[in-house]
Amino acid sequence: MAQAAAVAKPPAPPRRRRASATPRRLPYLLIAPAALLMLGFIAYPVLSVFYYSLQDYNPTKPWRNGFAGLDNFTRIFTEDPIFWDTLVFSAKWVFVEVGLQLLFGLALALIVNQTFVGRGIGRALVFSPWAVSGVLTSAIWVLLYNSQTGITRYLADLGIGDYGTSWLSDTSTVFSAAVVADLWRGVPFFAILILADLQSVSKDLYEAAEVDGASRFKQFWHITLPHLKDAIILSTLLRAVWEFNNVDLLYTLTGGGPAGVTTTLPLYIANTSVDAHDFGYASALTTVAFVILLFCSIVYLRLSKFGGENK
Amino acid sequence: MITKEATAPAPAPARADHEPPRPAKKRRPAWDEVPRWQIYLPLGVYLVFTLVPFYWILLFALRPAGSTSLVPWPMTFDHFEKVWTDRSFGTFFENSVYVGLATLVMTTLVALAGGYALARFDFKIKRAFMLALLCSQFVPGALLLVPLFEIFAELQMINSLGSVIIAETVFQLPLSMILISNFIKNVPYSLEEAAWVDGCGRMRAFLVVVLPLLRPGLIAVGSFAFVHSWNHFLFALMFLNNQDKQTIPVGLNTLMSADSVDLGALAAGGIIAAVPVVLVFAFIQKWLITGFSAGAVKG
Repeated sequence: MAQAAAVAKPPAPPRRRRASATPRRLPYLLIAPAALLMLGFIAYPVLSVFYYSLQDYNPTKPWRNGFAGLDNFTRIFTEDPIFWDTLVFSAKWVFVEVGLQLLFGLALALIVNQTFVGRGIGRALVFSPWAVSGVLTSAIWVLLYNSQTGITRYLADLGIGDYGTSWLSDTSTVFSAAVVADLWRGVPFFAILILADLQSVSKDLYEAAEVDGASRFKQFWHITLPHLKDAIILSTLLRAVWEFNNVDLLYTLTGGGPAGVTTTLPLYIANTSVDAHDFGYASALTTVAFVILLFCSIVYLRLSKFGGENK
Repeated sequence: MITKEATAPAPAPARADHEPPRPAKKRRPAWDEVPRWQIYLPLGVYLVFTLVPFYWILLFALRPAGSTSLVPWPMTFDHFEKVWTDRSFGTFFENSVYVGLATLVMTTLVALAGGYALARFDFKIKRAFMLALLCSQFVPGALLLVPLFEIFAELQMINSLGSVIIAETVFQLPLSMILISNFIKNVPYSLEEAAWVDGCGRMRAFLVVVLPLLRPGLIAVGSFAFVHSWNHFLFALMFLNNQDKQTIPVGLNTLMSADSVDLGALAAGGIIAAVPVVLVFAFIQKWLITGFSAGAVKG
């Protein structure tokens, strides 16, 4: 019987077995390395942050360690003015950076999407700061902003401003100085993403609009912008999360100063854990930062109707 | 969907090359051309903003200490020598290369395996796994420094480059895996099946048929992994305390946080930090351009 069945359709069984060799276990084996790494070095740390947020935990003061309940959180919301300062600064930083980067990135993408002589080299040069790291950006702008031989000296030679001006150590100029440095690196990110999306707009739409006599601005408003909508929403969200979380640039450029005026929430958290060793409190701050990020992301996606009726 | 209609009647999305056959239709009417100055003026202004900082760092790296000349002449390489030997950028460079290459290899291999599973199989936890990949994008490595430090301390890996390699790989993985699985999905499954019929095992079919087609995608993912870990700063700052284990970004930070910053050394160090990144992008340029045009066609 068994023999007869096997003879009846000989080619099928070996092929099927080969095609689906160990089909049940194979996908799990393949994702196992990634899953283990992420469990061990992302999921577990996140959970331990949540756990520590309910603890008093400071390696330098072990006698006070133990369960703290919600004490850390009460301290954040009622006794810690620095938390509110850094939160407000974070919001301001993210809002200004993402807004300006989007604006300039969109304008640049529209420009280098035109046909003109020197477009290739123009694109390459405009996009080049994108690959520059946060620390290197800081290094470059420290050179530009330094009070002795920086750009202010040469401006003063031309009669603009005073000698010895240091934009990074003056509380009234440090914000703009840091914003400009981060813009330098951030604008190409938007320009690249928007340019990639611009190239997929159907030319027929513009031709039709032209036949109807629509002005170039109207074409931009009614064809280009709706087409870019989802790309813009997604890239602004990713960038906002990234700008909120990223500490490389501010840490190395201003160190959060002068007088703490450029300290973002993540920078404050890093200082609390690294310098003050107050791991429990830093964990509670981290938890609050997570919740704020998650909440803002959801609200943003809802309000912007991502992937909504326009597509 | 739009693209199909767009490409079907006009199968020539590459504008410049196909100009001769149908020039009249593509050209905008002359009165509707964007005036050249509206392109070159803003572009020029923006290029000044982009290029002055690059010029500035070159200037500081090449002119003698104490010079205030705006051209790097007489030219000197003293700053490079000093930073390479006295400030141990030679050692930092070696460490950074090691970290970058190891991260590249690990990220690509692990993401390739996982990406293949996501592209080719349906399995129970697939949706949950995809969701976890996306969510991990919101988890900032900077906020996990303390628990990560404790894990590596437990594993006796503080002050070993392995800790930084693992941390960089882990945070590169989710996006790399999603990208690679998309690349694999673009390779028709029938190609693999044809190879099985010809007697290849799944592994061989993958190596012989799929892998060569993934080359541009893998080059992009690998280069990004290398450049990111080359550029990244916080993990190395936290997990590597020994001077001879530090990486280039940490070295730059040390130069910057000195009481009186040696600007020439800082500039030279910055250029040393930039060189590999520039080389990588020069190398992958042609694949990036293919990616751009593929995007233009695909839509």
